[in-house]
Amino acid sequence: MTDFNEDKLIEEVTTSDYKYGFTTDIEQEFAPKGLNEDIVRFISAKKEEPEFMLEWRLKAYRHWLTMKDPMWAKVDFPKIDYQDVYYYAAPKKKPQLDSLDEVDPELLDTFKKLGISIDEQKRLTGVAVDIVVDSVSVKTTFQKQLKEMGVIFCPMSEAVKEHPELIKKYLGSVVPTTDNFYAALNSAVFSDGSFCYIPKGVRCPMELSTYFRMNAALTGQFERTLIIADEGSYVSYLEGCTAPMRDENQLHAAVVEIVAHKDAEVKYSTVQNWYPGDKNGKGGVYNFVTKRGLCEGENSKISWTQVETGSAITWKYPSCVLKGDNSIGEFYSVAVTNNYQQADTGSKMTHIGKNTRSRIISKGISAGRSENSYRGLVNITKNAKNSRNFSECDSLLIGDKCGAHTFPYIEIANSSSVVEHEATTSKVSEDILFYCSQRGMDEAQAMELIINGYAKEVLNKLPMEFAVEAQKLLAISLEGSVG
Amino acid sequence: MSLLKVENLQAKIEDNQILKGLNLEVNPGEVHAIMGPNGSGKSTLASVIAGREDYEINGGRILFEGEDITDLEVHERAQKGIFLAFQYPVEIPGVSNANFMKSSVNAIRKARGEEPLSPKDFLARMREKSALVEIDKSFMSRAVNEGFSGGEKKRNEIFQLAMLEPKLALLDETDSGLDIDALKIVSHGVNALRNENNAFVLITHYQRLLNYIVPDFVHVLADGRIVKSGGKELALELEEKGYDWVKDHAVEEQTA
Ligand SMILES: Nc1ncnc2c1ncn2[C@@H]1O[C@H](COP(=O)(O)OP(=O)(O)OP(=O)(O)O)[C@@H](O)[C@H]1O
Ligand SMILES: [Mg+2]
Repeated sequence: MTDFNEDKLIEEVTTSDYKYGFTTDIEQEFAPKGLNEDIVRFISAKKEEPEFMLEWRLKAYRHWLTMKDPMWAKVDFPKIDYQDVYYYAAPKKKPQLDSLDEVDPELLDTFKKLGISIDEQKRLTGVAVDIVVDSVSVKTTFQKQLKEMGVIFCPMSEAVKEHPELIKKYLGSVVPTTDNFYAALNSAVFSDGSFCYIPKGVRCPMELSTYFRMNAALTGQFERTLIIADEGSYVSYLEGCTAPMRDENQLHAAVVEIVAHKDAEVKYSTVQNWYPGDKNGKGGVYNFVTKRGLCEGENSKISWTQVETGSAITWKYPSCVLKGDNSIGEFYSVAVTNNYQQADTGSKMTHIGKNTRSRIISKGISAGRSENSYRGLVNITKNAKNSRNFSECDSLLIGDKCGAHTFPYIEIANSSSVVEHEATTSKVSEDILFYCSQRGMDEAQAMELIINGYAKEVLNKLPMEFAVEAQKLLAISLEGSVG
Repeated sequence: MSLLKVENLQAKIEDNQILKGLNLEVNPGEVHAIMGPNGSGKSTLASVIAGREDYEINGGRILFEGEDITDLEVHERAQKGIFLAFQYPVEIPGVSNANFMKSSVNAIRKARGEEPLSPKDFLARMREKSALVEIDKSFMSRAVNEGFSGGEKKRNEIFQLAMLEPKLALLDETDSGLDIDALKIVSHGVNALRNENNAFVLITHYQRLLNYIVPDFVHVLADGRIVKSGGKELALELEEKGYDWVKDHAVEEQTA
């Protein structure tokens, strides 16, 4: 652990409420409620998109109409009325890139409350940030410096216009528009997100980061992220998110696609902190996300690291398709559920190339009356000779009203590959809590220590600043869950 | 003013009345030993003083430095300077000894309005105190008590005691499970920490410990009460005559 802001850390873990639950009074522009072809056209027009993009969206939309909400996850919620959602909301003043003066002051204030400094402070820590509020990307820092190295890091809406050749080639190449219900919906109405291209042989010198913020009421958020790592390149990418406290459930359906070419490596880290709903299960975000990485070339590597503490419902399986020989896929996850939260999350590793390797470390923490499920699929195809998977799924229970479930699926189609699976379930015992309190720690401090110890293997995979943030988050989201 | 004053303390758990009107007074600078048969309530007394919530206090009170702490929470008592060396220390997976101690030291400092120790000072203190109880530095990065031998766990408790320098230390059978060398090391550590402002309550079954840490008072706890108190010679007498002698004696005294 680091020491530099220990005080702040302790101070923050003693406040238990969702601290990002404020709303900001920014002038918003909405599309009419509901979804039809005109809305899809409206969104595309708002973004001044080229024709091919509109066609792509419409195709996705038409396919979506033929699909049904998936029902197989172990989550329970009333059917969503997709006509009762706004599919586009944007801050009215459209800020200019790299000019803070033109950003709505209310928005700047929001960033401050979120603890994001898009100015000097971040420059010092070397993180380039793209911030998406509701549906629009409002600020991307460091663009110039990155450009000099040939790195493209910009809002998706900008990439569609300025790099259409890359978009045509890669968008939907990992997660096709027809992949699943939410991916199809996202493809039709996605409003923004981040685009990132690392050219051959470039090690991106700083962390690239996107911060998502939902603000407008009854608004769905559908970000689209696309990361392409060309041969021999490296990038570490961070994603964070928050939302205001609202009584109604808010819909969030993002798609993230990653392509890693030969010898390339992509690390994707998420700290997911959407509003989880109140203590009685009212409100909260429905988080239905499709994240998939394609290890296209030989010796490529994609790692997903996620710390999931928010959302009323989480449906999310960051996956890797290991196509290149010797490629590696990793998934490290800590998922916390408390009160009435439900999470069905895990990973899918598809081995296609020879000597491919995957590793799944999943740490579930359930408290309150929550339900936490791990769902994983390891699929080793016939040609994926000498492949290996190691999966470890641990569940930690706090109290006796919550649930933890594990659904591991394993398919092996050749005899030279090996799959190992381990699973444990444990409880935070009264004895451990008594021991910690006897050493002077209050409940929040004790919980923070115990939980961070349990989740250490995953937290260690996060970049430094994120790890500190994640530790705080874990403690905050579990406070009051004991006794 | 006494450091600890236990007045007519009665405590029960699940309908079992364990402490049945117990009195004990400990002044700064003193060492008290509590002996007594298995199941007589010694660990219960230590847990109740530390504030463990499993027990229901149905009579009496506990004063610490004159303040009634009967209703305070466990961590609040710890922050005031009450330390319990556990009879059975627990293991905390994934949490290193160093990290555990850092959280502990800084939580207590914070409660007292002090700044957290700088990493440099913290490490220096760890080094000094681990040397005192002759614990190898490699223990600090290992998970708390995980895979420690029985004796190592006990030594770790005394290391923590040294780190926190509490005003009142309750040692629950810290000597059981220690080999002779370890017993000497632990006793030496405790003696080095003694001063006129702090006090120790040693719960033990063996007179041997008291050769190394010489008590000012020895009490016999039987059936939820202190039935006999005396000087250090009482421990020798007990070793010779057994608890039945005291129990019979106590009954005589009560019925007389
Ligand atoms: N959870 C519980 N439920 C019922 N009885 C309990 C519980 N915990 C302790 N007791 C009982 O309380 C009595 C006192 O136990 P305690 O551990 O205080 O004894 P002790 O004097 O420390 O014994 P020892 O010398 O063996 O350590 C015992 O009879 C024990 O069985
Ligand atoms: Mg005992």
